[in-house]
Amino acid sequence: MKKLNRNQVKNASTYILVTAAFLILQVLSTQGKLNSTTKGFLVPACAYIVLAVSLNLLVGICGELSLGHAGFMGIGAFTGIVVTSLLAEAVPNGVLRLVMGMIAGGVLAGVVGFLIGIPVLRLRGDYLAIVTLAFGEIMKNVFGNLYLGVDETGLHATLKTEGLTLAEGGKMIISGPRGATGITKLSTFAIGFVLILFTLFVVQNLINSREGRAIKAVRDNRIAAESVGINVTAFRMKAFVVSAFLAGMAGALYAMNYGSITASKFNFNTSINILVFVVLGGMGNILGSIISATVLYILPEAMRGLQDYRMILYAVVLILVMLFTWSPKMKDIISVVTDKVRGVFRKNEKEAAFHE
Amino acid sequence: MKIIQYLINGISIGSVYAIIALGYTMVYGIAKMLNFAHGDIIMVGAYISFCVTNYLGLPVVVSILAAMAVCTALGMLIEALAYKPLRGTPSLAVLITAIGVSYFLQNAAQLIWSSSPKNYTSVVTFQPLRLAGGQLVITGEVIVTIIASIVIMVGLTWFTGKTRTGKAMRAVSEDREAAELMGISVNKTISTTFAIGSALAAIAGVLLCSTVPTLQPTTGSMPGIRAFTAAVLGGIGSIPGAMLGGILLGVIETFSKAYLSPQFSDAIVFGVLIVILLVKPAGLLGKQVQEKV
Repeated sequence: MKKLNRNQVKNASTYILVTAAFLILQVLSTQGKLNSTTKGFLVPACAYIVLAVSLNLLVGICGELSLGHAGFMGIGAFTGIVVTSLLAEAVPNGVLRLVMGMIAGGVLAGVVGFLIGIPVLRLRGDYLAIVTLAFGEIMKNVFGNLYLGVDETGLHATLKTEGLTLAEGGKMIISGPRGATGITKLSTFAIGFVLILFTLFVVQNLINSREGRAIKAVRDNRIAAESVGINVTAFRMKAFVVSAFLAGMAGALYAMNYGSITASKFNFNTSINILVFVVLGGMGNILGSIISATVLYILPEAMRGLQDYRMILYAVVLILVMLFTWSPKMKDIISVVTDKVRGVFRKNEKEAAFHE
Repeated sequence: MKIIQYLINGISIGSVYAIIALGYTMVYGIAKMLNFAHGDIIMVGAYISFCVTNYLGLPVVVSILAAMAVCTALGMLIEALAYKPLRGTPSLAVLITAIGVSYFLQNAAQLIWSSSPKNYTSVVTFQPLRLAGGQLVITGEVIVTIIASIVIMVGLTWFTGKTRTGKAMRAVSEDREAAELMGISVNKTISTTFAIGSALAAIAGVLLCSTVPTLQPTTGSMPGIRAFTAAVLGGIGSIPGAMLGGILLGVIETFSKAYLSPQFSDAIVFGVLIVILLVKPAGLLGKQVQEKV
């Protein structure tokens, strides 16, 4: 058997961990050991994991700060809703319909990502961050005022305040500030799991490919990368579009888990939350993103018992974690402690060697 | 006449954005960090002044001074506890900490003052000015806001240009290491910057809530994002840029609400930002730094 290298072991262990977690939760769920609140967390948690991994591709691997990831999520969500409700009769199979909705959402998010990427990727650093923030706000604003409905004459859409008047028997799919209502809940935990696997497959293969190494080279030293012939813009664009595509799919999965959804869900705070998942999980660390997205999504929900204090605790935890993991002073203290611990082990080893 | 009315209102709201943007831009210029908690300092300032006038019954001037004092202390405290230990680490780590601080302030405010909106009574008491036979109405708030922003702008320009501390601030923002070698205390300078920015945020909070009288824990976040946008629009790190960006943003917002579409003002404002950044990637008055190989 061919010996696996470190990256392959790391990748394989990510798949194994995710699969194990899925199987355990699925078994618990079928045996009725999970209460309905916990079950309600499963699909959104999957969506957030995909969002975190896709944003990690952009922030951690490509080194571009994005503050508008929720914008792509929103595009995916509303596209998914429209596609699935249009196909309600043509495709009776719910799973197939959801998959089609997710793909449509992902593709549209990817296309929009490409279109705004053309001008926007000329900017760098904090300026890129502020433009993505602006993009997210524009998307929220547009979806919050979009009226879209269908009747026998076809699909109608408007951005005017007075809304739409549909023919007899028509159905509103998105009604402006009230959002999309009457969504058929198609998302299931199993599909969420498959989407996570797909995301892992795409992102991990990309990272460990020739393209991925080029993207990392651009992140670490743009000028050096350019001088060895790497097309910087093309590779940044690739990461940007893939990230948008995956976020769109996650958005569709997320939206189809609820009966109704409004555009305000896809606001700046959601973008920031996803960014927090990525940074706390470790930049460029895919497994870290998965774990931190799960833990940080569940943490505030699990602390509901503390009511008003839960978000304040969350904030304190966030600040403390950042201080402990990044502060140079803390790092010194931690390294002293680990050295001591290591020293003890080394001593034991030496003694063991002596006795032998 | 209508157009002048909108222009004046736009300049007024833009002046508030400008005062907030000054805080963003100074902190960014000197500490190279995006302080996302700045918007929430505005909210704290507004609450303090609200409490001092409504619960303690003290005059308006005292309430503004109290708000400024509390916010200055709060800004310096936050800097010392949350940002200072992270100096020299990647900017993203500090950004996330700032977001944590922002969550903390919002939720602490919710615990202390509850999430139900408070009705803020305007600090300006004199009658609106009626010009051109009542066609042009300039409210007292508008006059006070515009005057306040001009005073602050002139004051800050003088401060950064002429005083020792101000010069130190410019030196630190230009080249931190060189400034340190010249005997400037970087820590003290950054702390002073936070103090000034937070005091300005308190004034902005009072002015903002005098114009838009609902006060709740999330009051500061949207103006905060707007002001941040304004700072970037004008060229982040530049004080006149923040002023220009803020006023421009306010005018664009008012005009697009009045003439184009009231519900798409957000999209228009942010769209303009994107277009300007594409034409001038460092903002209107920002310096284009040449990359050295």
